[in-house]
Amino acid sequence: MTNEELKIKLTELQPAATFEEGGEWVTINVEVADWLAFAGQLRQEEALFFDYLFCLTCVDWKTHLTMVYHLSSTKYRHNMVVKIKLDRNKPEVETVSHIWRTAEFHEREVYEMFGVNFLNHPDLRLLILPDGWEGKNPLRKDFDDPVNMIKL
Amino acid sequence: MSKTLDNKTNFPGKVHDLPGGGIVLSKLDDVINWARSNSLWPLTFATSCCGIEYMAVAGAKYDFSRFGFEVARATPRQADVIIIAGTIVNKMAPVLKRLYDQMADPKYVIAMGACAISGGPFFYNTYSVVKGADHVIPVDVYVAGCPPRPEALLHALITLQQKIKSGLTREQIRNGKQ
Repeated sequence: MTNEELKIKLTELQPAATFEEGGEWVTINVEVADWLAFAGQLRQEEALFFDYLFCLTCVDWKTHLTMVYHLSSTKYRHNMVVKIKLDRNKPEVETVSHIWRTAEFHEREVYEMFGVNFLNHPDLRLLILPDGWEGKNPLRKDFDDPVNMIKL
Repeated sequence: MSKTLDNKTNFPGKVHDLPGGGIVLSKLDDVINWARSNSLWPLTFATSCCGIEYMAVAGAKYDFSRFGFEVARATPRQADVIIIAGTIVNKMAPVLKRLYDQMADPKYVIAMGACAISGGPFFYNTYSVVKGADHVIPVDVYVAGCPPRPEALLHALITLQQKIKSGLTREQIRNGKQ
């Protein structure tokens, strides 16, 4: 599908969602409450067939957090980006690890780096950081570590 | 009459001419240091992009075998010099220390590139990077660059050889040997 066709199809599925312009790929902003059902549709709709989650990350905007999902279809070779705004003080979003298995590790990484709580995740614990880093979230903009960090 | 040996190997000694031949005179320490400096096998150890330059130096174009760094060994037990080629993070620091401890004396360390010298681009605002590999193990030669050119690493290797040839090793100094 071309980007325009994708947009039409996605608008049918999520009439309330907004699109970001200017990027190479279709970028859609989704409400956190709609995400789980929408993710299932993206994977299962025959015309979309987004079977490959090739990037899952998070951005700290200081006022809020944004989850970013990059999706691709190995069948149709089209790509899209999903962005979800989260409350910075209580970031919670449903896991998609049962839809895209790779999300299991990526969500663990976002959990340790940004402190996002993935609801219904099968094994939410630190991925790379060693023990003792629970709840510290070093990729948050306001993270400070007087022992290891030299501030500019 | 004696004369300094004038050959490409820079053997540290003099030839004492006698009828029908000659005798080489030298000091055993100098001969040992000469031998050590010309057979320094590095450890296969690279943690970031400096490793690419390191591989280039090991490859055919630059070829550190020409200077006695014959072949990179995959085990610290067989290595004489460790080239810290890349960023050392807090999780890697105990590994680096352990590798260094497993190397047999005499052993030497080259800190290659900005990360190994000071943390480099990760000096500020990073929770995970060791601000200089010399916080973990002692370093003999530092090479500036990000990453250094292969020529710079070759220069560092030759500098290390000159350092070894010029006198005591760090271990000899530590143990009070003359």
